[in-house]
Amino acid sequence: MTKFEIRGLRADVLIGAEERKEILKGVDLTINSGETHAIMGPNGSGKSTLAYAVAGHPKYEITGGEVLLDGENVLEMSVDERARAGLFLAMQYPVEVPGVSMSNFLRSAVTAVRGEAPKLRAFSKELQGAMSGLSIDPSFAGRGVNEGFSGGEKKRHEILQLELLKPKVAILDETDSGLDVDALKVVSEGINRAKATGEVGVMLITHYTRILNYVKPDFVHVFAGGRVAESGGPELADVLESEGYERFVKVGA
Amino acid sequence: MATPNLGIKEHSHGGDLPVSKLDVHGSFDLDDFPKPNGREEEWRFTPLRRLRGLHDGRDIADGVVTVDVTAPDEVVVETVGRDDARLGTSFLPTDRVSALAYQSFTEAVVVTVPKEVEAGAPVFVRITGTEQGDAYGHVLVRAERHSAATVVLEYAGNSVYADNVEFVVEDGARLDVISLQDWERDAVHVSHHYTRVGRDARFRSFVVTLGGDLVRLSPKVAYTGPGGDAELFGLYFTGEGQHHEHRSLIDHNVSRTRSRVEYKGALSGEGAHAVWIGDVIIGEGTEGTDSYEHNRNLVLTDGTRVDSVPNLEIFTGEVEGAGHASASGRLDDVHLFYLQSRGIPADAARRLVIRGFFAELINRIEIPELRERIMTEVEEKLALHE
Repeated sequence: MTKFEIRGLRADVLIGAEERKEILKGVDLTINSGETHAIMGPNGSGKSTLAYAVAGHPKYEITGGEVLLDGENVLEMSVDERARAGLFLAMQYPVEVPGVSMSNFLRSAVTAVRGEAPKLRAFSKELQGAMSGLSIDPSFAGRGVNEGFSGGEKKRHEILQLELLKPKVAILDETDSGLDVDALKVVSEGINRAKATGEVGVMLITHYTRILNYVKPDFVHVFAGGRVAESGGPELADVLESEGYERFVKVGA
Repeated sequence: MATPNLGIKEHSHGGDLPVSKLDVHGSFDLDDFPKPNGREEEWRFTPLRRLRGLHDGRDIADGVVTVDVTAPDEVVVETVGRDDARLGTSFLPTDRVSALAYQSFTEAVVVTVPKEVEAGAPVFVRITGTEQGDAYGHVLVRAERHSAATVVLEYAGNSVYADNVEFVVEDGARLDVISLQDWERDAVHVSHHYTRVGRDARFRSFVVTLGGDLVRLSPKVAYTGPGGDAELFGLYFTGEGQHHEHRSLIDHNVSRTRSRVEYKGALSGEGAHAVWIGDVIIGEGTEGTDSYEHNRNLVLTDGTRVDSVPNLEIFTGEVEGAGHASASGRLDDVHLFYLQSRGIPADAARRLVIRGFFAELINRIEIPELRERIMTEVEEKLALHE
């Protein structure tokens, strides 16, 4: 049983050498393993900043509050320590790393997170299985990390990493954006396989309710003005679907 | 993708005269090129004193260089004297050192891939400086029409070496060239690759420069028929105190020709100096040129210097595409963040990204043992600062 707590988190985006802007203005959120929390909100509300700030992206600086994973202070950890502690971020725009093959990258990541190098043959088998589950052509293993991948291919590979790394907390930042219905189904099945273990808490950041038809949330939070503006059950998503974010945009402004 | 007439104002820096500032004219006469003083555009990045006199033309040849060629049976290899009529027909030297090399070499290697022959194995031309001193060379590679071959030039040992290499790619032929400058640390090498690409012919070169004290290599490409395609890839790893200079010139003098230039390098150590000059001319009256050039430099330590200068001169409005890009900098934070966010420790992430930078180009070389050798040498150089 894992408890992931965000308490009073404040963060700035670093724009230039001297310029910065506060985006997160006191975020409170607790996610237990086995739970799925949908974070919904209008564009520019700070949803993605929350994801990146928690993961330790160099463009953001935490100015207040805390993030705890089973009581351990995540913010004191380096980016890679956070990942090894069990935190995972599926990015909205995964990064291309030229010349580093996907298979080499995945094996390095799995070795780091599991604390020992997996047996080569066992790992190949595991990788092939996970790739086929996400309808990823085996040839991708030999290509550079995300290099020349389409948007949908990148998203599938983020979920591939989710399945291989088996984190305690998975933050999925707009994983549904840019996917057609077929790709959305494939990606959602991957997320549901990871959830089925009951050992992962999921923070599902999305602008649209569409993905919630495939990945069922236990809680829905409306994110506006850099904080959680309202929380509820799955029914809150239906309200947002029919009424939009207008009410919250005004609150946040 | 059509690009409007960019005019010459944007790129020529020199007013409205429809004359290229990029020198495509040349001469076999050494005296047509004054001794450079270092302020000339074409010499200003080169530390002349480290040329050990190559630019003044002392006309001594006290170095010893051996040339060893291995080739499959279907390729004709000859060693010929200066008077061989086939030499020097595809180019005119474009600078003083090139002219000096042409007037000073004693024997030349001529590699001929007969028409419609596909070479079953690469041709290796190994040029090794066995005794340090001035030496000159000349190589002519002729891929006759509809032939196909891969030629590897390997430079090693110690020398103060100037040479010209002619690549004549006749109509419909394919020629891949890998030029590996793997000199000992004390060597000086000034080289020109003069390439003529025929109608519907394809030329591809990989220039890999790792060694030497000073290497200055100028690949020049012109076309003899429409449909010609030239791809120039370059990779350099410039270490402490080394000067690596690459100066490409693509002269789109014929319609419907294509070129790509992609040079990338890493610099590490005090006094490491890399220069990339990428000249592209799209000639008057031509149509349908498609050209792009790109230089990227990865700066691994303090104390290095990069000069990266793309020049694009366009004398026609009928261009299919033309562009250039240049970027130099440290390791990308965002790359490192992505790898670290998957649990990979910072130092391992750095190593992966740096190796990836080299591997991206090395992996395109289709000779496995050469790939491995280059990667091993890159590893050795990386080990010096990691």
